[in-house]
Amino acid sequence: MFNTLSDRLSASFKRLRGKGVLTEHDVDETVSDIRRALLDADVALPVVRSFTKQVREKAYGAARSEALNPGQQVVKIVNDELIEILGGAERELNFATKGPTVMMLAGLQGAGKTTLAGKLGQWLRTEHDKRVLLVAADLQRPNAVTQLQVVGERAGVDVWAPEPGNGIGDPVEVARTGRDHAITNGYGVVIVDTAGRLGVDTEMMEQARAIREAIDPHEVLFVLDAMVGQDAVQTSVAFRDGVGFTGVVLSKLDGDARGGAALSVRGVTGAPVLFASTGEGLGDFERFHPDRMASRILDM
Amino acid sequence: VFGRGDLSVEDWEEIEDTLLMADVGVEATDEIMEELRTQAKVLGTGNVEAIREVLRAKLLELVNPDMDRTLALEGADAPGVVLVVGVNGTGKTTTIGKLARILVAEGRSVLLGAADTFRAAAAEQLSTWGERVGVDVVRSDREGADPASVAYDAVEQGSARGVDVVVVDTAGRLQNKRDLMDELGKVKRVIEKKAPVTETLLVMDATTGQNGMSQARLFAEVVDITGIVLTKLDGSAKGGIVISVQRELGVPVKLVGLGEGADDLAPFDAAGFVDELLSSPASR
Ligand SMILES: Nc1nc2c(ncn2[C@@H]2O[C@H](COP(=O)(O)OP(=O)(O)OP(=O)(O)O)[C@@H](O)[C@H]2O)c(=O)[nH]1
Ligand SMILES: Nc1nc2c(ncn2[C@@H]2O[C@H](COP(=O)(O)OP(=O)(O)OP(=O)(O)O)[C@@H](O)[C@H]2O)c(=O)[nH]1
Ligand SMILES: [K+]
Ligand SMILES: [Mg+2]
Ligand SMILES: [Mg+2]
Repeated sequence: MFNTLSDRLSASFKRLRGKGVLTEHDVDETVSDIRRALLDADVALPVVRSFTKQVREKAYGAARSEALNPGQQVVKIVNDELIEILGGAERELNFATKGPTVMMLAGLQGAGKTTLAGKLGQWLRTEHDKRVLLVAADLQRPNAVTQLQVVGERAGVDVWAPEPGNGIGDPVEVARTGRDHAITNGYGVVIVDTAGRLGVDTEMMEQARAIREAIDPHEVLFVLDAMVGQDAVQTSVAFRDGVGFTGVVLSKLDGDARGGAALSVRGVTGAPVLFASTGEGLGDFERFHPDRMASRILDM
Repeated sequence: VFGRGDLSVEDWEEIEDTLLMADVGVEATDEIMEELRTQAKVLGTGNVEAIREVLRAKLLELVNPDMDRTLALEGADAPGVVLVVGVNGTGKTTTIGKLARILVAEGRSVLLGAADTFRAAAAEQLSTWGERVGVDVVRSDREGADPASVAYDAVEQGSARGVDVVVVDTAGRLQNKRDLMDELGKVKRVIEKKAPVTETLLVMDATTGQNGMSQARLFAEVVDITGIVLTKLDGSAKGGIVISVQRELGVPVKLVGLGEGADDLAPFDAAGFVDELLSSPASR
């Protein structure tokens, strides 16, 4: 009857909106539709569970209270609950009070870290008037160093690349000397690009932790591809426990993925999503908006 | 002991969770669950292990071990041409490096075409792979060159040199970008002025969730996919979305990526894939 789940969800919300009185059966049906929609949007199963549980309880409450417009209330409950999990109020980046602000980028292979280094560099240079240094500490992926150099040049910021990479050089050492170079030369911000790594790769996770310990960053940004599915939970937890991160950047949001991963990573780690990466160009980068993300996930 | 002919609610839920957590998707999962419930009734069993066996068989049937998973690499009187496509960062360039290594080991002569003229250092990355595996790379010395003409040059040079296979790398692109998808269609058309593309591989990252379906549909619309490469299976993701993707496209997963090294590419093994998918649920 309905083509898509979002149609179903909209219809089910519409039905609720029109209701003067809400039964618990109505609530159950709608919650089941919401569950489906969230799973279709790649929200992780454990997060879907706790989310629907909370919505169900609040909605039962609304149903029992026989308040005016209970349907409207359920709609509002769902939306508010989503926005709440997605982060509520936004926060600013942590800047150092003295010396350069140090940022480290981490994430799975191909997530968008190196591209983000350029985006952050350009944004901090133009919007925050900072002198930025990018540090080429991915010495593994073929030509990651060259890629960062190109990106840095496009962004109009300097790049610290003492090692050629492609398997040569020690990334921990490069990160350390990069930070020292920034301190000595009065840079405002240092952004350390690291190699992509899998959460299950203990050796590489240890390396990431060693980089972190060597540079003591003000922000560790975990870059997560918006197209990721249920693995978002395992991977986020692995990076949380293995490296530790202070914020999340959701990348490739210019695609047509619903981006339920935003809810997963936030729901599971509690770390705020700070930015959305929305394209391959250096300007394709914006603040993360929980309210927009909520409607995107629900496709409403 | 539970009632004959059925599992406990928890057992059913655990099976459903395994499928959902592996990115099999709600629709396919519902379908599989319905069939399992029917089978449980037919067999009159409340035995979890028996139902898990049925599930394994059902998944194997869906993955379909009988599909032809060989690569089409024989051109008529031109080289075989492999075109590699997919969204950003899935592992196209890396897969090409690994594939070239395998082809060379099989005794074929190979030429690579760097038709990703867009991403920073993409051609350098492919060139590094070419050096690693001992294969030449045709590239433009100009950033932002027309990808179709680089691809054409590669195939033309491959023909002239009489190589067996030309593998063409393309820039990652999100499937909802109309202009970039049109550009990809053009790359293929221009290549085919010289020689038919014998194999078009869609490279999909195993961490991909339900968006994989949209990727499959929209890429197939512009370049007619003939095989799927599932990368990054060495991670914790199971890649369950390919079950629906295979069905949607009627095209099999042919290769899997199992790491970043030159030897980390393997033929797709249906039984191994299903066993992995059913092995300990991702988290609980
Ligand atoms: N469409 C789109 N593409 C993006 C975005 N961010 C990055 N990309 C692309 O995704 C691909 C991978 O980006 P990289 O920045 O190289 O990713 P990475 O995390 O550094 O990758 P590794 O170093 O290999 O782990 C490239 O093709 C980028 O152009 C985004 O927000 N939108
Ligand atoms: N662990 C693992 N990493 C992989 C695999 N395949 C590729 N990678 C890594 O994934 C990242 C992206 O790989 P690329 O080959 O550059 O991906 P791409 O699709 O060519 O990327 P774009 O050209 O930017 O769209 C790199 O860091 C690769 O080393 C794999 O099977 N397993
Ligand atoms: K896996
Ligand atoms: Mg990188
Ligand atoms: Mg590439």
